[in-house]
Amino acid sequence: MPQIIIDGQYIEAAPGKTIIEAALDNGITIPHFCWHPALTVAGNCRMCLVQVGSHKKDTDGSLMFDPSGAPVVNWIPKMQIACATPVADGMIVDTVSKKTEETQESIMEFLLINHPLDCPICDEAGQCKLQEYAFTHSAGKSRFDEQKNHKDKRVPLGPQVMFDGERCISCSRCIRFADEIAKQPVLTFVRRGDKVTIETFDNTQFDSPYSMNVIDICPVGALTSMDFRFKARVWEMSFTDSICNGCARGCNVKLGVMNNELLRIEPRTNMHVNTYWMCDHGRLAPKVLVENDRISEPMVRRNGVLTGTTWDEALREAATLLQGVKAHDVAILGSAHASNEDNYALAKFATSVLKTPHVDFIKHNDPTFGDTMLKVNDVAANGIGAHSVGIHPASGGATSDQLASKITSGAIKALVVMADDVTTQSTQLAEAAASLSALIVIASNVSATSHMAHVVLPLSSFAESEGTFTNTMHRVQHFEAALVTKENERTMGLKMSRWDKFGAPNDRWTHGSRRNSRSGWRIVQQLANAMGAQWSYANAEAVFADLAGHVALFNGMTYELLDQYQGLVLGKAATPEPVGVIYESHVLKPN
Amino acid sequence: MSAQKAPTNEMQRLTFWERIYLPEIARGMGLTFKQMFKPTFTRQYPEERWEPEGSYRGRPVLVMEEDGERCVACGLCSRVCPALAIEVRAGETTKEKERFPELFEINMLRCIYCGFCEEVCPEEAIVMSKDYELVFSSQAEGVFGKDKLLVPVAQLQERLEFLRQYR
Ligand code: SF4
Ligand code: SF4
Ligand code: SF4
Ligand code: SF4
Ligand code: FES
Repeated sequence: MPQIIIDGQYIEAAPGKTIIEAALDNGITIPHFCWHPALTVAGNCRMCLVQVGSHKKDTDGSLMFDPSGAPVVNWIPKMQIACATPVADGMIVDTVSKKTEETQESIMEFLLINHPLDCPICDEAGQCKLQEYAFTHSAGKSRFDEQKNHKDKRVPLGPQVMFDGERCISCSRCIRFADEIAKQPVLTFVRRGDKVTIETFDNTQFDSPYSMNVIDICPVGALTSMDFRFKARVWEMSFTDSICNGCARGCNVKLGVMNNELLRIEPRTNMHVNTYWMCDHGRLAPKVLVENDRISEPMVRRNGVLTGTTWDEALREAATLLQGVKAHDVAILGSAHASNEDNYALAKFATSVLKTPHVDFIKHNDPTFGDTMLKVNDVAANGIGAHSVGIHPASGGATSDQLASKITSGAIKALVVMADDVTTQSTQLAEAAASLSALIVIASNVSATSHMAHVVLPLSSFAESEGTFTNTMHRVQHFEAALVTKENERTMGLKMSRWDKFGAPNDRWTHGSRRNSRSGWRIVQQLANAMGAQWSYANAEAVFADLAGHVALFNGMTYELLDQYQGLVLGKAATPEPVGVIYESHVLKPN
Repeated sequence: MSAQKAPTNEMQRLTFWERIYLPEIARGMGLTFKQMFKPTFTRQYPEERWEPEGSYRGRPVLVMEEDGERCVACGLCSRVCPALAIEVRAGETTKEKERFPELFEINMLRCIYCGFCEEVCPEEAIVMSKDYELVFSSQAEGVFGKDKLLVPVAQLQERLEFLRQYR
């Protein structure tokens, strides 16, 4: 393996790596704009210029050292770009020398010549690579006092991406992403010199299902999200680590929240799952489910109409209804949308409290959704998890396919549904469900099922609760609550944004709603206890600890380990894969 | 030290003249009498208003130009405000500066007149005015919206000039 020295540090670099890669592997970040580990090298921004040389040899062939013991270096007269120069044995690199510093300052001055400096308006401000380097690698002064170039500022490149020509620094990251990752080569540079800008080819638009990733990798605010534009400044939001529930891939994400409203979902690097990307569906769809059509309060059916009531009342009513039917007459539908914890609690409720074998969940397959990149046809986040924690029929139990006929035949009289809509199974099941003597629905969103229910218990969405999902590669991944509900208000303090945290009732800006919903496992626990059980889980972590102790596939897993390894594979908690090098191009600091 | 006992209380410390107090009263009266012929400083507020200098930090207001507010809703004032008094919500316009404050509110019950918002503003869009007369009869009234905050730039010239000296 080639041995190189970067800033005095001896480094073993894998052959074929470039200087910037070898440095990153060893925790050294060389300033750069156009380089991205997942894209081909363009070498056009010149920000990564460093001094490169080799150890000078004496006439007798021995290595020369200066009196202080440091190697005497034969510097290559011209600076080299770290992103395109492969490492070679004995290479010496200086990324912090006076000369490197001066070069970086010149590059910054050059890039800023025509940059509009409209940070107060720009959505990228606060997490902009150019802004960051303006602080760390720029002289802070420009010799340029001529009129700046003007270009088009509002050009839609596709349905989700807006382009601002003035802010673009022509790094070509977006073009390479479209060509190489999204496989939709429709973006290109047009014109030259300081007139250069980006356009889509005639009669094309950048509408790839992954288009919005260019917004994240664009080092400046040239590409903005049509969905998010101007909704909030980055520093006004709190960002919480979570897992996308759009499909069973389980892309790692961050949830951006302001005024207790979910404003933005963006990818978080996990080299084992989604690398640096996520799909546009995952950015847009889960947000709508969290914010729209939510069930706002516990409800019970009175004289044929669903009427709002208290939690105690609704839970009592549900318990009474379930106690009114024989154990074998009750069926339980867990959910591929709910967490491992919620499903585990529900499975335990079925076996130890209700003692019914009829436990299953509805599978969600959409053969049109998947692709060869990230999206998979299993469009619910946790089908594998639900099954592995015990949501499957016991011997003699009905599967979800058999439910409809069992209900019509009168074999099943009561049904508990969590986080799902029976119409997604079949219209027969929906019709049959209308004839049940008890339908208890634990759900976040209003649906045909919740309209039919006898008791409705509002469920916290994935953004409001803590838990784990098991993805299509059997990887168990941990997500945390990002939104404050009446249930978790007291434990959320640290995570809330500054405004949410310190607001008083006479501040209008704290009026983001606090939903009256609860985590699934807690609702199940309260229901179980209302029926005479004595469960005492204090939080999701306690449920998970119980689950990890009782379900062999989860043995050895804890939230702490899940966070440390960015998820663990079912049955393989003892042999975790290393996280690897996490590259983050530019993020809000301190995050 | 003499054999005389040191005085142990206030009464013993005073001389005879001090104890009968009359000369002190006369002196006090004299002072009062003298003041009556000096010029007065008291102002007959509110008939007689005080007009502050440009350096005065009255309530923060937004600068309004002919075509609307200068503010681009960057949110820096809101971020810097130590009292968390400011809420800004941005919207999009078709003007050259794409952003504008759809909502701009200062909770005057929170504001401590520190002037940080004015100092941080990159657009010179929020300045401290001369207005020190703030009266409201409910908490809700204490939250000033754009209707109360926007002041034509002409009325703020003195403050803007004062600020430019220190740019
Ligand atoms: S739009 Fe952004 S990503 Fe694309 S070339 Fe310009 S600066 Fe680079
Ligand atoms: S691929 Fe699936 S998990 Fe990933 S972002 Fe898209 S919907 Fe979410
Ligand atoms: S003057 Fe100070 S306290 Fe008042 S709004 Fe401005 S920053 Fe906030
Ligand atoms: S700092 Fe200035 S431009 Fe920014 S939001 Fe406040 S008033 Fe508007
Ligand atoms: S990062 Fe090397 S030239 Fe842009």
